[in-house]
Amino acid sequence: MKIAIASGKGGTGKTTLSVNLASWLALQDKVVLVDLDTEEPNSGIFLKLPLIRSIIGVKPVPVWQSDNCLHCGKCQGYCQFHAIISLPSEVLVFPKLCHSCYACSELCPASALPMLNEKIGKIDHFARENLTFIEGKLDVGQEMAVPLIKQAITYTESQSVNSEWLIFDSPPGNACPMIEATKVADFIILISEPTPFGLYDLSLSVQSLRKLNRNFGVVINREGIGNSDLERYCLDEDIPVIARIPQSRLIAESYSAGKLVYHEDNDFLSSLKQIKDFLQNDAFSC
Amino acid sequence: MMPSPVKEVVVISGKGGTGKTSLTAAFAFLAQEDIVLADCDVDAPDMHLLMNPRVEMEQDFYSGWQAEIDCLKCSNCGKCQEVCRFSAIIQSNECFSIDADECEGCGYCSFICPEQAIQLIPRLSGQFRVSRTRFQHKLVHANLDPGGENSGKLVNQVKQVAARIAREDSKKIILVDGAPGIGCPVISSLTGADLVVLVTEPSLSAFHDLQRVFNLVNQFRIKTACLINKADLNSDISTKIKAFLAENSILLLAELAYNTAFTAAMLKGHCILEEENTSFQPAILEAWNKIISLLN
Repeated sequence: MKIAIASGKGGTGKTTLSVNLASWLALQDKVVLVDLDTEEPNSGIFLKLPLIRSIIGVKPVPVWQSDNCLHCGKCQGYCQFHAIISLPSEVLVFPKLCHSCYACSELCPASALPMLNEKIGKIDHFARENLTFIEGKLDVGQEMAVPLIKQAITYTESQSVNSEWLIFDSPPGNACPMIEATKVADFIILISEPTPFGLYDLSLSVQSLRKLNRNFGVVINREGIGNSDLERYCLDEDIPVIARIPQSRLIAESYSAGKLVYHEDNDFLSSLKQIKDFLQNDAFSC
Repeated sequence: MMPSPVKEVVVISGKGGTGKTSLTAAFAFLAQEDIVLADCDVDAPDMHLLMNPRVEMEQDFYSGWQAEIDCLKCSNCGKCQEVCRFSAIIQSNECFSIDADECEGCGYCSFICPEQAIQLIPRLSGQFRVSRTRFQHKLVHANLDPGGENSGKLVNQVKQVAARIAREDSKKIILVDGAPGIGCPVISSLTGADLVVLVTEPSLSAFHDLQRVFNLVNQFRIKTACLINKADLNSDISTKIKAFLAENSILLLAELAYNTAFTAAMLKGHCILEEENTSFQPAILEAWNKIISLLN
């Protein structure tokens, strides 16, 4: 089963839930956890698994071949992303702005803009026993996370043939990186907290996922810290609340030190059990 | 180029949930009417929840393009589908059509369509607003449409409008609440900034993220300060963060203790400094005064 763990608001517990759920499930089953928060990936801090393989994250961009160029200027006209400027004597390419659409390259009458791979980050593959962990990490200064997220998913799917669980730790927010990271999941867990910020950002995620007809449910983290508006919202909107994790300084402290919390905190462990039970029995009947 | 008389302070963190918005709101409370506020976390904006703003102007935000196929002209040759790298062209019964969620607006299909059946139309990506907060600041904020792209451009738009208002109303400072991460909305929010305030917390994750976002800020050569929130949560990591700040000449603005008072204030729609008996007042005031002196 493919699960994505996402949230509109940052810092609501995506990574805490991802690493604990993955490690706990891996006590019995084969699990692959993928950190798709490529701008700020943190799952690896908690897992400390041995590295199996590291591959370069790339996106194809046009590279100007001066010998072939006719200086017709068409490439600049084709590019809607301002990634190409055609000057009288040379063509300038700005790879960070390129969306890899291939229009300039394939429509150039002189084949002067072949597409070559440019490094935008890396994908690391770690594993021990039942648990495989794949991390996408964007190079600092790169603007677009989506190409790396796509590549990390493709790589993961080639590596996880026999696993029972595939868990995607998604980037925060409700924009294109979150949509891309949750796209291939069978079910999306939105984790939020019962505060005005948590509720508002959750409601934006719900709009995004409903527009795309996705299956999702909510885990309420830090229960007790705020009010009951989030609970009421889920009830009114007919969104299943899968589990409630109580507010706890112990969890915050374990998190701060990069420790897994499920073997120290019984409430947390029972939330994991509820989530597994829900995914196996109820996730596709709602 | 003339130096801009309006100074821009951008609050970011790398990791989400460290307290950017709560602290930006507290600074805005202290600054009273001297500032223009800008919420640049456009795909999860929360500043309005503390500011109860009255909207004075709202405008649609268009960014980039979206392809559209004229079914009457389409000859079903399928060339558009062959060249589209984003799997955005769907074959339906009558003719080909565009999956708007997948279309990047690159226009490749429209350039090669032999029937000229494909045109690019402006894409509506969200709204931006100019409002007045209950503290009488102008607030520029926005909403990216669900799952929207081009958040960087919307951030840019919010900042431009904020800069125009600051000039017109003779405000000295634009205070920007930024997005988490290090990608396009964050990079857009850094363009033109005079000072970056990094809000962090003593966890291994937040420290890791702080170092990455600092490397990004360094590429822009912007003056940087830092505030450690929840500082007593892990004193070992707090110490390491402070060593990192000293090594990189980043001014430490304040250390705030782990406290659920921020949430209690948020529940009332308040900023932390409106709460009675708050112990945070001196530290946040000192941080704001340091920010002002760094700008001068």
